[in-house]
Amino acid sequence: MTTPDEREPLASELPVSEPNITETPPPADDTTIDRRSTERRSDEPEAPTSGTPQTPRRQVRRVRAAIRHELDVDRESEPVQEGLPVIELRDVSLAFERPILDSVSFQAYGGETIVVVGESGTGKSTILKLILRLLTPDHGGVFVHGRDISKLSFEEALQIRQHMGMVFQGAALFDSLSVFENVAYPLREHTMLADDEIEARVRETLHFVDLDPDQVMELSPAELSGGMQKRVGIARGLAANPEIMLYDEPTSGLDPLTTATITHLILKLQRELHVTSIVVSHDIRSAFRMASKVALLSQHHITFFGTPEEMASSDDRYIQSFLGGY
Amino acid sequence: MTIVQRLNARAKAKIHSLQEAFVLAGHALRFIFARPFYWQDLVQQMDAIGVQSLGIVVLTGFFTGMVLALQSAVQMRRFGATTYVGSLVSASMIRELGPVLAGLMVAGRVGSGIAAQLGSMRVTQQIDALNVMGTDPIKKLVTPRVLAALIMLPALTVINDLAGILGGSLIAKVYVQLPVSLYWSTVWDQISNGGFLFTIIPNDFVHGLFKPFVFGGIISLTACHYGLRTTGGTEGVGISTTRTVVAASILILVVDYFITQTLLAVLG
Repeated sequence: MTTPDEREPLASELPVSEPNITETPPPADDTTIDRRSTERRSDEPEAPTSGTPQTPRRQVRRVRAAIRHELDVDRESEPVQEGLPVIELRDVSLAFERPILDSVSFQAYGGETIVVVGESGTGKSTILKLILRLLTPDHGGVFVHGRDISKLSFEEALQIRQHMGMVFQGAALFDSLSVFENVAYPLREHTMLADDEIEARVRETLHFVDLDPDQVMELSPAELSGGMQKRVGIARGLAANPEIMLYDEPTSGLDPLTTATITHLILKLQRELHVTSIVVSHDIRSAFRMASKVALLSQHHITFFGTPEEMASSDDRYIQSFLGGY
Repeated sequence: MTIVQRLNARAKAKIHSLQEAFVLAGHALRFIFARPFYWQDLVQQMDAIGVQSLGIVVLTGFFTGMVLALQSAVQMRRFGATTYVGSLVSASMIRELGPVLAGLMVAGRVGSGIAAQLGSMRVTQQIDALNVMGTDPIKKLVTPRVLAALIMLPALTVINDLAGILGGSLIAKVYVQLPVSLYWSTVWDQISNGGFLFTIIPNDFVHGLFKPFVFGGIISLTACHYGLRTTGGTEGVGISTTRTVVAASILILVVDYFITQTLLAVLG
């Protein structure tokens, strides 16, 4: 029989913060990101003084200077485009009760990171669902390695998805499983690895996302902060060595410091694992930092597709007004 | 939108929902025989649906048996027929009250739990995450729950019946002053007089075990159907839970009538 002192603490009695959880210090090159997130560098363009009216021309100059600064820092060189695109959307249209996507086309080559930006409700997340074959287009095709996945059966689609990793907006970790079981899930489902091999792989992926396996593996997702949940989500997506990573608003709802860490992590994946990534984001700053190409969705179709440099130098009024909020 | 158009849209939505429920049932039952088997999930669900429902099932069965014996003794005393209290309690419990009460209790306790759990998983994108990781959510989440309910509800009903007959025995002894042996012999007389299927299976047991088997399917499939269709955040989870308990309870009572009618026609 347990005495009152021996009983396990109730959930409501546990501390809200995570005093015992320390995150692995980020690698040395992370400091640039972290410092920039909190301090303004001397070469960084000065933020407009509130209350000071700016002419449109002056605002465009300010935005371009800010973007140039972003592009100078921490970006991977352009991956070489060769062979078939890994992912291709060809003239994709989709409507439910109203149009969602209208003649959307773009290609992602091996190792590229395509960031899809646009206003809310323009169908950005729908693109991810089409690539995952959770939805099929009314018109056009979604090609993965040249194969039209919209014509696959449900079982074939499940197999294709095993080569993809997805990071959800809210992390979508299984709350009935521990962090270890969450990351191990795709390995248990689709591989014949022994338990010790699974544990080694889980530790490796948790290290990759800068989490200390010994401290987080046995915790439940509810005990993690938002940023840590996102990182566990990335670790789970990575566990089965996917060729393609999809991110749905990976930095939404996070503080600037954690946003910078997650952005760094996505860049690290691009550099070290050469994973082809599609990122849906509202965060233009992160988008410019990680994108090989940016796709701007507006009025259900892509109004711009090109490099961040091309986007920054575009004189298109909509693009400039979109970047104006940056 | 005119009233006719609105009615038309609602009718279509209801029929579509019914169609989805049947498709879900078909997939869930088909996956019982398809690899991979989620044994661990099945055992977990058998524990959640069966073992953890034992308390309320025993309690409701015991008190229902007691009140049944008490009420029937009051009425039968007028005709000097109190010796038949055991027959009445066993017939009522085994054929009707045991399966229906166990079904309603499990619908309230387990059905709501399943709907809330799957609904939360739906609104927090955990179901999408399963899909993305190449796992069929029906195979992983629905089939183990349906199979566990199909196995555990008949087992719970047997326990409920026993608890009810024991409760009746207590009242027969204390209130009616009926010898325990006489009570139990009338219980057996009732069972044997009901006839046998294939000369060894009492018809009462066929009634009493077939019904909870069907009710298990109704509860688990209704809960999974509403849970997986949840939309609208936490409010949606609440709505799905309420709908599950209401729909499963009504279905149990309606289906019970038709099963009874059919079994009486077939078995007599």
